[in-house]
Amino acid sequence: MYFVVAGGGAVGYHLSKALLESGHEVMIIERDRKRALWIEEQLGSVVINAPADEGRYQIQAGCQRADAVLAVTGDDEDNLIISQLAKLKCGANRVIARVNNPKNEIVFKAMGIDETLSSTRVLMGVIEQELPTGGFMPLMPLTGSHLELIEAEIAAGTPPAGQEVRSLGLPPGSLIGGIVRKGEILHAHGDTTLEVGDRIIVFAPTAAEQDVRKALFG
Amino acid sequence: MNVVIVGCGRTGAFLAELLNQGGDTVSIVDVERSAFNRLPSDFKGTPVLGDGTDMDILRQAGIAAADAFLSLTQGDNRNLMAAQIAKKIFGVQQVFAKVNDPIRANTYRGQGIYTFSRTTILGTLLHAVLSGDKTIGPNLMREAMKHDEELSAQLPDVSR
Repeated sequence: MYFVVAGGGAVGYHLSKALLESGHEVMIIERDRKRALWIEEQLGSVVINAPADEGRYQIQAGCQRADAVLAVTGDDEDNLIISQLAKLKCGANRVIARVNNPKNEIVFKAMGIDETLSSTRVLMGVIEQELPTGGFMPLMPLTGSHLELIEAEIAAGTPPAGQEVRSLGLPPGSLIGGIVRKGEILHAHGDTTLEVGDRIIVFAPTAAEQDVRKALFG
Repeated sequence: MNVVIVGCGRTGAFLAELLNQGGDTVSIVDVERSAFNRLPSDFKGTPVLGDGTDMDILRQAGIAAADAFLSLTQGDNRNLMAAQIAKKIFGVQQVFAKVNDPIRANTYRGQGIYTFSRTTILGTLLHAVLSGDKTIGPNLMREAMKHDEELSAQLPDVSR
């Protein structure tokens, strides 16, 4: 596949290196001349020394025929405009934007950039999975929707323990996809009673994540 | 009229005071506290310290009740992001963004954002003056020079 990587910072460089190593084609657009030269020394002729937020350089890099344009600079405002220009000016097939401030995921979606990756969120997810406490793990966003997948463990003394599924008070638009009890998967019917130690899989609107947390942990 | 301005640089501070004198309610956002030194000491608007692309800061600046929004920082992309938040998330009627790159200014103009570039505005004005245009050039120049005089009169005279 062919990728255009906008921004050759630490993320852009290592991402491009990994993509090249797994056999993909890459073109990096990097504004800083010294940085661009350094990348060229490391990875070969896969870099254009230019600002990535200008249409003509996006076209020069081949955004219009790339399988995906990856906007991964350290500044959210730059990633937003790079992504929008790639869609508007180049008709890019697919655009994925790095979001540094997790709050901006909503902003990017409202502005037509559906695929975002927040390093803060990814790290939080990993850390929460590693920690024994909490019991609430946003697993992943679901591509092409405003939904995400959440895993939660029913703990003693929390509102859902001993309650029926229908009385949980989950936010509108969310759904329990299944209950894992003693290693077995159960359907979540309205009258299924949740027990301490159950792990539930919830589909919920990303914006309502805090409401899900509140419904499950009070 | 309620106006929110992002960026308390020379243009932002100047415009805020012009609006203020005309009786409009103005809040002005900047990330640097020292930027507010550009405002006159009797400025009646509200300075708000923070990032103008952060929705919470914009709410604090009263964007929900704003009739007009202007983003006048030095960053084209920051201005375009702030302007889009104002237009698409908060539904502000009149939205302006300073975009120095004429190509980007043109791209976003079609999306309900009034983008203008200093390059083309200043260039057009100077060209009108030079080519003897009797309307745009002299009128705008006269108005701008009047403001220059007012601004310099406000400064304390340090020569004595």
